[in-house]
Parts: sequence; C-alpha cells; structure tokens
Amino acid sequence: MPTFELTPAMMREIIMDHYSSPRHKCDPEQEGYVSLHSASVNCIDDINVYLKLDDKGIVEDARWNGVACAISTASSDILCDLLIGKNEKDALYLNEQFHKMLHEEPYDSSVLEEAMAFMNTSKQAARIHCATIGWDAMEQLLKEHRHDR
Amino acid sequence: MIDPKIRDRFPMLTSNQMMQGHPLIYLDNASTTFKPDCVIEAENFYNSLQTSNSHRGDYDLSYLVDQHVAESRALVASFINADTREVIFTSGATAALNTVAFGYGLSTLKPGDEILLTLAEHASNLLPWFKVAKMTGAVIRYIPLTKEGRVTVEAAKQAIGPKTKIVSIAQVTNVLGYEAPVKEIAALVHAQGGVICVDGAQSVPHIKVDVKDLDCDFLAFSGHKLCAPTGTGILYGKYHILEKMEPFALGGGMNVKFYPSGEMELLPPPTRFEAGTINVGGIYGLAKAIEFIQGVGMDNIAEHDRMLKARAVEGLKNCDKITMYNATSEAGIVDFNVNGVFAQDAGTWLNSKGIACRSGSHCAKILHEHIHTIATVRASFYFYNTVEEIDTFVDTLVKGGDFLDAYF
Repeated sequence: MPTFELTPAMMREIIMDHYSSPRHKCDPEQEGYVSLHSASVNCIDDINVYLKLDDKGIVEDARWNGVACAISTASSDILCDLLIGKNEKDALYLNEQFHKMLHEEPYDSSVLEEAMAFMNTSKQAARIHCATIGWDAMEQLLKEHRHDR
Repeated sequence: MIDPKIRDRFPMLTSNQMMQGHPLIYLDNASTTFKPDCVIEAENFYNSLQTSNSHRGDYDLSYLVDQHVAESRALVASFINADTREVIFTSGATAALNTVAFGYGLSTLKPGDEILLTLAEHASNLLPWFKVAKMTGAVIRYIPLTKEGRVTVEAAKQAIGPKTKIVSIAQVTNVLGYEAPVKEIAALVHAQGGVICVDGAQSVPHIKVDVKDLDCDFLAFSGHKLCAPTGTGILYGKYHILEKMEPFALGGGMNVKFYPSGEMELLPPPTRFEAGTINVGGIYGLAKAIEFIQGVGMDNIAEHDRMLKARAVEGLKNCDKITMYNATSEAGIVDFNVNGVFAQDAGTWLNSKGIACRSGSHCAKILHEHIHTIATVRASFYFYNTVEEIDTFVDTLVKGGDFLDAYF
C-alpha cells in the first residue's frame, strides 16, 4: 500500500465521484445474494445491502441500493468496492478500522484506501451514522453468513 | 411587537451557545422549543422542594402537589377556553392522539365507517388511525390537498359524507405550515354525525386556539413546542364524549375499585385517562410556560412568526439555488431544498454555519410525494428568533457554497 497524503481536495473528489456516479448502487439481477435492510431514525437513509459469497467465504460481489444522502451513498459505494475479493476476516477488519477512524480512535489506515475520504466525518457528528449505515449492515450480514458457522 | 429582551429569559440563548464555531441560530422550533428560566425553575421547584405523588398521600406535601396540578389544569383549560374537567394531561400530542384513536376510535368504529385524514398529517396522526382502521374494519380516506398542500372547505365538503365518523387533521401542518379551516370542517362533519379531532401540535404554540369557537371534539397538543418541558402534553375532549370514552391505558390513579372477577369501576374524566403517575414536574413547567407565552401574547407571537416568515420568503424567493415549497402558508415555517443537494446534506451544511434546521421527511413521510420531493429542509421560527437571525439564515443560503465544505 503506497503511502501518500490525502488532501481535502482529493477527499472531496472521492466523495463526489461515488455520490454522483456510484458503481455498486443496484439490486442484484441474479440469485445467490444475501441481503439486509437498514434504515436510519436520524436521516432519511433507507437502504438494502447485498453480498454474494463464494464457497470459501470470499466476497464475490457487494452491492447496495436505496434512498441515501451524499455521505451514505459515497460510503456505502466505497465499501462495496473494498469488500469485493476480501475474505470475511479481512472484511470485518476493514469495517472495524473504518469505525475506529470515524470515532477518532487509533486505526490502521493501510486497509482503508478511498474510505479515508471520510476521516473528517466526526466534524459533523450527527452524520457519523450516515457514513456507517452501509458498513453496519454489511458487518451484520457478514457475521450472519460466516463461512465457518 | 416582541420585546427583544425576551431572549434574556432563555438560558439556551443567554449562554451564547456556539455551534461549529458560529453563534447558534436555532430554527427548529416546529420540532421543539427552548425553555425560559421560569419553566426550568418551576420544574426544579417540584423536584427540589415539593416532590411527592399526586392523588396518593394524606400528607400536606401531597395535598400541595394536588392543588398545584389542579391549578395547572385550570390554567390550561382557560388557555384553550375549555372546561377544567375536559383537560387531560398526557406525555405529548402523540399520546393524546393515540388516546383518541384507541380510546374513542376503537370502541365506536364499525366496518365500513370512514376515518378522514390528509396526506399532510404527521405520523402521530396517521399511524394510530391506520392501526385502528385495521382493527375495526374502518376505512382510511384522505381529504385531497390543493397542489400547494392546503386543505380547503370545498375539498372537505366533497370528502365528508354519512360514513365519515372521524375527521382527524392538523390545524397547522408540520412541514408546510398551512392552516386548515377547522371551524368550517367541524361544522361539516357534525352535520353528518361525525366527530373532529384536531392535531394542535403546530397551532396551539403559535396562534390563539379556542376549542369552543372551533367546536372541535378533541384537541391534542404538546407542551415542549410551547416552551414547556418534554414529556408534557394535553388532550382536550368534549366532556360528554369523554364520559363515554374508554381509557387507552389502565392502572393506578384512574379507577374507583376493582375485583378479582375482573370487574372495575373507573373514575370520571379527566383522571380516567391519566393512569399511573403523571409527569408532575413537567406539569409545573407546562403551567409556567403557558403563563409565559400568554404574557408575551398569542397575537404578538403570531404576528412575529408572520413577520419572520415574510422576511425569509422575501429573501429566498428570487434565489435560483433554492426551491421553496410553502411560500404562501401561514405558519412561521420555511420548507425548502437547495437545488441539487440532498436535504440532509444541506442540513449538515447549515449546521456547519451554526444554523439548526431540520431536514428529512419531518415525520410526514406520505406528504413528500405530493410536493414531488423525497425530503426537504425545514426552518421554523418562534417569538425569540430575531430579524438578524433570519437575515443570516437567508444570506447563508443565498451566498451558498459546496455542501461538502461542512467536512473540510
């Protein structure tokens, strides 16, 4: 993982890019996905997240869809990007580091890639739940469908 | 005219609160309001010097509390021109509306009867009726709104018929702030033998409401939207209706006696509808809040709301960055979107400028289809808001900026 300084301009660009043209915002056309619905009491966010796991428990595809603000749209979309190809352990580790970053705890930035764009979310504390709504749902889904269960 | 010194009575205003490095401008008064010193002191007085239960003790302290609660009830009654025994203390407008739906609606509605609502109602005036309709076989219908979102007498006349048993509508709606012609609608529904329940959550804090003049059968409102503590509210009901009405909650404080067989005798209204320990400290605060706003003057409050609304509308109406949804409504509420920005993101951006507004669907989730948007930002004013605050709010929106500025 190359280390470089993410400037505020780059972070804005990442968020706007995933907000204006999300890559993974669509319902699955085929079978084989597990899904979870998540809605927020604080924001209008009302989304479904979808995961397709292969027989080894590796994320083959990750998607989301629903009504969402800019922050939840971009964060859910980036999450899907990062999840694809990961095993459950790495996926849950990624999720944990993201939550730590948002709650201003020490975190491992090496796994977060574009999700680093949300490092300032705590400046708008009321929106942390928007940045994490997709992540929380995916975490629950991963845990519910653990490969070793 | 409101004396600007009124702000000195509110610790939330005199404490010079900052939000995101800016002086706080609180424009979410349709959601809840600040409490003046006397309200805080009244609740503190109960908690620190007069704590004891109501209707429970044979000792002096409990007697004092009962007296205070009775005086508070009389004050509320005179505030809305009701009889004292028609005033029920509740935890808020939501509990009051649920009491009507499950107390009155559930025991009187028959399959095929109609409950008439509007698409602009708050969730608390919709969901209880949805449930009661399902339980009784009654049918939910809506008085059609005009394109702008207003209820008219004409539309009500068309909608109200012999099957209409209950009309339940907001006097002032919580998103758009249109005032419904409640008095005329009451006459129409009474002519058909039905009753009218008025959600006064957004009207009672802002305009003079007289239940006799409106001739409404029920009126529900919250204390916390008129400077009283949260967890306080009122249900008014005409006595002859309350007399026959079932309580929604049963327990202590509302019965005369009961037997192992399950037989029970209940107290008359209003105590029949106040099961359990009521929010005594809150009621001390509620009474003070009503005295306080009466001191400010309901006409002055309404005029101040109108003045601030007109100023905000004037400032925003020619701004091509803003879509306003309710420029013509009566209430001190401006409902809008920043074009191209999701409401919640605009709300966060305003937060970054120190301005507290509400964004989302404001608990009126079925209204937004009518005004062709998913969510809006709502700025709502009260008598302690100033012209300068409105100007800052307008200038901030007109000047605009990237909504992501809030994070960087």
